[in-house]
Amino acid sequence: MVRLTDVKKEYANGAKALKYVSFELNSGEFAFLVGPSGSGKSTIIKLLTGEIAPTEGTVSVNGYDVGSLPLRQMPYLRRTIGTIFQDYRLIQKKTVYENVALAMRAVGATNKRIRERTNFVLNLVGLDTKSKATPLELSGGEMQRVAIARALVNDPQLIIADEPTGNLDPPRSLEILMLLKKINELGTTVLVVTHEKSLVDRLSQRVIAIDGGRIIGDGMNGYYNYEED
Amino acid sequence: MGTIIMKRINTGYYIREGVSSIFTHSLMSFGSVVIITACLIIMGCFSLLAINVNAIIEDFEDENVILAYIDENRSEDEARALKSQIEALPNVTTAVFMSRADAWKSFIGKYKDQSRFENIDESVFRHRFSIYVDDVGRMGQTQIDVTGVPGVIKVNANLTIANGFVTVRNIVSGVSIVMIAILLIVSLFIMSNTIKLGTFDRREEIAIMKMVGATNGFIRWPFVFEGFILGVVGSLIAFIAQWGIYAAVTGRLMGNISVGFITTIPFSHVAVPLFLAFVAIGFAVGVVGSGVAIRKYMKV
Repeated sequence: MVRLTDVKKEYANGAKALKYVSFELNSGEFAFLVGPSGSGKSTIIKLLTGEIAPTEGTVSVNGYDVGSLPLRQMPYLRRTIGTIFQDYRLIQKKTVYENVALAMRAVGATNKRIRERTNFVLNLVGLDTKSKATPLELSGGEMQRVAIARALVNDPQLIIADEPTGNLDPPRSLEILMLLKKINELGTTVLVVTHEKSLVDRLSQRVIAIDGGRIIGDGMNGYYNYEED
Repeated sequence: MGTIIMKRINTGYYIREGVSSIFTHSLMSFGSVVIITACLIIMGCFSLLAINVNAIIEDFEDENVILAYIDENRSEDEARALKSQIEALPNVTTAVFMSRADAWKSFIGKYKDQSRFENIDESVFRHRFSIYVDDVGRMGQTQIDVTGVPGVIKVNANLTIANGFVTVRNIVSGVSIVMIAILLIVSLFIMSNTIKLGTFDRREEIAIMKMVGATNGFIRWPFVFEGFILGVVGSLIAFIAQWGIYAAVTGRLMGNISVGFITTIPFSHVAVPLFLAFVAIGFAVGVVGSGVAIRKYMKV
């Protein structure tokens, strides 16, 4: 599913973001990726989504070797991944329905299939009554649920959530996290990148801790014991 | 759970998105259309000016003929028979015969108020040909060729005026081509930058589409349709405006006695090529401009 093997990433300015990182994420797994700012979490996400290539080592995602994947093949890798961001990244001029349907349109789905699947995922995230609203008319928690619906609509093998609760209050954060857990229980692999200790502690799940570009811990609970910056 | 991969042509979506984007980014769309229209009108004005100057010069050139006088010992029939020989010469389009009787009548008619020409005899005049040429620039060589025709004893051609026309035409053509080329490059630059501003505004939208696995084609087509529509709308407005401007300017010129010698080409004669050129430039600028403008956001 996801395999990083001795991955080193050095940016053009000389910054060493990752120093021989290795880990695996199996199909159907739920894991947290935790670490302080600048620890290399964002670099890992960019590697997994093909935004950047590793300097050394291999990154394999859903059967694609990201480092050697030609640019024209990149969309096909991304269709196997649903990505959720802290800032939601919704198109403000489009409705909730259109934002979600866009992901299906991009892969060439038929109108009938788009209607069925979009309504299904909006129902799943509890936004079926707000399908005609624009993002500006929604709360932070609702916007994040739209982003989750969009990530989910193409039935991806892997969902990567980058600080999905960073802009939300604790009750909304927990709500989002429980939604991600529910999606995982339906069979999708989920990787949540977060700073929030309390949330990680609420779920007894695998925690991969990273600091200074190295993996400093990987196991079920109890590895979230570094000091935040 | 497997990944949904379905192939389908999204033409309807591309057109809908392209059209809807025009209205969503109405200010930028308005700016693009205004700039396309303005640039096309400037180019159109310059082209029409060049076409008219060229036509005026051609009219003057047509009036600049070679006069070939025929040996007075030849009869009218013998002189007339030279027409085919003269017309067979390179660069000669037509040779119009004028008998000595017609030349005399023409002369008398011209100077009928002057009594000293009253008793002039017809035999003083020679049979002659007015020779029209294809290319005034080769008039000197044609004059030599006509001189070589047996029976022709004198040839008159105003080479200084002919060369003057050639020089003026060359200058007008050269300046026109350079100016139109410069204006075209400037227009492309301005239009492409205007479209770039529009796409800069939407770089986040492009990034989201990339994130959800959209191909470059899926992202590009709505922009291309948008550019196509803006380009064609701009060119249609420019064509109508150009028509109005041309009609107004030529109307004023025709009504002005001091420039009565100038004849302008009717707009209907240039309308089709101008329309096609405007639409082609509008289309190319819109489509290529938008395609180029979003290219840098696609390399992710």
